[in-house]
Amino acid sequence: MTPDLLRLTDVTIEFGSPKKPIRVVEGVSFSIGRGESVGLVGESGSGKSVTSLAIMRLIGGRVVQGRIEFEGRNLLDLPASALPEIRGRDIAMIFQEPMSSLNPLMTVGDQIGEALLLHGWRDRTKRRERTIEMLRLVGIPNAEGRLGAYPHQFSGGMRQRVMIAMAVACEPKLLIADEPTTALDVTIQAQVLDLMKTVRRELGMAILLISHDLGVIADVCERVVVMYAGRVVEEADIRTILTRPQHPYTRGLLRSVPRRGHEAERLYQIPGSVPPAGSIRQGCPFRDRCELAVSRCAEEMPPMFRFGPSQSAACWVTAAAEGVTQAGAAA
Amino acid sequence: MTASIDPALQPLAAQPSAFATLRRVIFDRPATIFALVVVILFILVAALAPLIAPYDPLAQSILDVNKPPSAAHPIGTDQFGRDILSRLVFGSRNSLIFGFVSPVLAAIIGTFLGVIAGYFGGLVDRIISRVIDLLLAFPELLLAILIAAVLGGGFWNVVAVLTVAFTPGFARVARASTLAVKQEPYIEAAVAVGLRTPMIILRHVVPNIAAPIVVLTTLWIASAIRLEASLSFLGIGTQPPNPSWGNIIRDGLNNLFGSPWPIIGAGALITLVVLAFNLLGDAVRDALDPEASR
Amino acid sequence: MTRYIVVRLLDAIPTVLLVLTLVFIAMRILPGDPAVAALGDFATPEQREAFREKMGLNAPLWQQYLTFVVNSLTLDFGASMMNGRDVLGLIAYNLPYTIELTIASVLLGVLIGVPFGVWAATNPNRAPDSAMRGFSLIGYAVPDFYLGALLLIVFSLNLGWFPINGGGEGFLDRMHHVFLPALTLAFIKAAFLGRLTRTALLEVLGRDYIRTARAKGAREPRVIYRHGLRNALLPLTTGLGLTTLTALSGSVAIELVFNRPGLGKLLISAIAERDYAVIQGGIVVFALFVVAINLAMDLAYVLVDPRIRVS
Repeated sequence: MTPDLLRLTDVTIEFGSPKKPIRVVEGVSFSIGRGESVGLVGESGSGKSVTSLAIMRLIGGRVVQGRIEFEGRNLLDLPASALPEIRGRDIAMIFQEPMSSLNPLMTVGDQIGEALLLHGWRDRTKRRERTIEMLRLVGIPNAEGRLGAYPHQFSGGMRQRVMIAMAVACEPKLLIADEPTTALDVTIQAQVLDLMKTVRRELGMAILLISHDLGVIADVCERVVVMYAGRVVEEADIRTILTRPQHPYTRGLLRSVPRRGHEAERLYQIPGSVPPAGSIRQGCPFRDRCELAVSRCAEEMPPMFRFGPSQSAACWVTAAAEGVTQAGAAA
Repeated sequence: MTASIDPALQPLAAQPSAFATLRRVIFDRPATIFALVVVILFILVAALAPLIAPYDPLAQSILDVNKPPSAAHPIGTDQFGRDILSRLVFGSRNSLIFGFVSPVLAAIIGTFLGVIAGYFGGLVDRIISRVIDLLLAFPELLLAILIAAVLGGGFWNVVAVLTVAFTPGFARVARASTLAVKQEPYIEAAVAVGLRTPMIILRHVVPNIAAPIVVLTTLWIASAIRLEASLSFLGIGTQPPNPSWGNIIRDGLNNLFGSPWPIIGAGALITLVVLAFNLLGDAVRDALDPEASR
Repeated sequence: MTRYIVVRLLDAIPTVLLVLTLVFIAMRILPGDPAVAALGDFATPEQREAFREKMGLNAPLWQQYLTFVVNSLTLDFGASMMNGRDVLGLIAYNLPYTIELTIASVLLGVLIGVPFGVWAATNPNRAPDSAMRGFSLIGYAVPDFYLGALLLIVFSLNLGWFPINGGGEGFLDRMHHVFLPALTLAFIKAAFLGRLTRTALLEVLGRDYIRTARAKGAREPRVIYRHGLRNALLPLTTGLGLTTLTALSGSVAIELVFNRPGLGKLLISAIAERDYAVIQGGIVVFALFVVAINLAMDLAYVLVDPRIRVS
């Protein structure tokens, strides 16, 4: 296995005043290898977006604990002045809202060009050529002619393509995509996901895809990290997750994904909703919605049990059922 | 079931809680308490001017021309030997009257025009809106100056000038609010029940657009006081020898080499009172119309 | 874009006509007998009759209206009733001083207000923000003519750094004369513009595309100025138009305080002297100015916002 590109260890994030902190993310650990595509899945409020923004150090909250190492360097130790060099060049990010994520007063050519300029592309002509190349890569028709167009002249899907072009222009080693298709029509969604796969293949970068939709993640990712109420509850390669999920929450998520051939069935819905951030002080945060919950779940947060070479999950009940006793995250 | 179409069952615009919010907004902010104290003092001084003023504000004295502040004349005297403090005390009456009368008159007229335009729409709306838009393009002060240029000074003319200057703003807010209220189901219900149009407007439209109008009225008390002072300073407001804070500064400017005290005193008072009414207006806005505050 | 500009320009025509109509109504109908208003209560009936004849007040109302509109549009305001001088000439002499004061005060106001607002917006709820709040509270409360008088007393009268009155001759002298009056108005404009900049910039800095700019590695100055302030320019354009308008109306009192020539001073003296022709000319020119500034404000949007420019 190649050394990790990104490794999060025990990351804990708080919002609110330091006197009355609200814990939004607690003890999150996972890693991404070079060129690997990893999905981060969970309902809204699970802390997945906050975690991804924390990697870029773009959040208003405080990382009070843990390490976020990129190529062995702890990003949390870097001074704020060192971050702009990493953002966009080593780690790039695209967001959920293509409508509002582009500057309305700058042409798309200038916005992509700015990303290049910020990371050493001084030569104007080369910058222009590269911008056109990028627009072609993401499948914008008439790329050269649309350099001078403004975001309002593009559709939502096209804007997300522009966002991707801008993000990958400097060939980052890691692309973080926070719900990149949620705001798009279903047909456009598939196109954008295909594009992400193509771009990843062409540029050989790693992807961290954040989504509430396990189907979207299964389409793009090799490995999945499942988050619930600010914690990682399961982690495994995509095939294992789809066939043998071990955490009851992951099972619930899977049952709520529409499947081909089963359209007529009523979709499953996990009962209840995610508890508000910081409200769980003790025990497993999922226990109130869990069909398998036992008394121990209310007393003690389960550790990550090792279910297999590439799978671990935090559940007392399934671990006991499988006879798993060894704690510790999957490799 | 009949109750569901009763037009009397309109939402009660959360009146009691608005009052509670107002109380909270006023007493939670030290600045607002300060403003309230200044405003109450100002009203008391204006009301009790003859009791407070040490001298007759019009009484001239050749022996006491251009005196600096002293025990006898706390803010000194002007070029005619008149006591500045007494003139300032009596001048507050002008500011108080104009400060309240014009915004209230403008609120009444502007609300009337705005509701008519908003409720009936069509040609009436087109004409009223066009004139409102045009008048709103003028800053209030300039509009007031231009109207005063035609009408000249004097009490009722100044009232008229200020009222005309403020009316378009009220009309626009009233029109916009009426348009919004008109969409509400209780208006439809009132029409369906056969209530006459004037009754619908009076009982269902006006009460429901009252909050922004009240907010605007309080916010404009400060503007009215400042505008009256400006007009009087320009010689087209309160006419001498009647004291007004504006024309005291005007007189002071003609007597710069004599004494700066009339200017300093009157200007400080205008600033203080306008500041207080601004703060109070903000508090009322925050309490009654939270969406408008930022 | 051309279409937008043409529409706005055409739209100004009925506006101008409406302005003139309102001025006409105000001048001819509201004050009663203009002859009494102009000549005072003690003029003889013959004098009044002569005045009416001279001003064309005996013609039918519609004819008076047409004459008024045509004369106004051709800037023919007749002659001053006090000294017989051509009103247009009087306006032409005074106008540059007012324009000079208005422009200087808006420029100074922008130079003081916008950086102050940026400073406050980038330090929300900290000392610079509180300073901005205090500054704007004072700026909204202090009357311009009072502030002007104070500056005049301190810097002209006591320190002698600036002239006490007049408009000045030659460029440097004129700048010397316009500085204090412009600073007076600028102080108040800066309070308004600073507050506006703060609010607009704070709002913009919370937008998604600001996060995008940071995510691609832009440093804070670039984020704030190129992405933030550039987008905050939209509300600021409106603010700038309003500032110009209020600077124009503020110039009236300021010209009086600093005893400098200008349109406001001309109008105020004409009111005092009941110089009917000059009053009418002054009102029309002021009104046309307001329409022009509003038009300029609309057209400025075209430059700032591509969403209007391209479509």
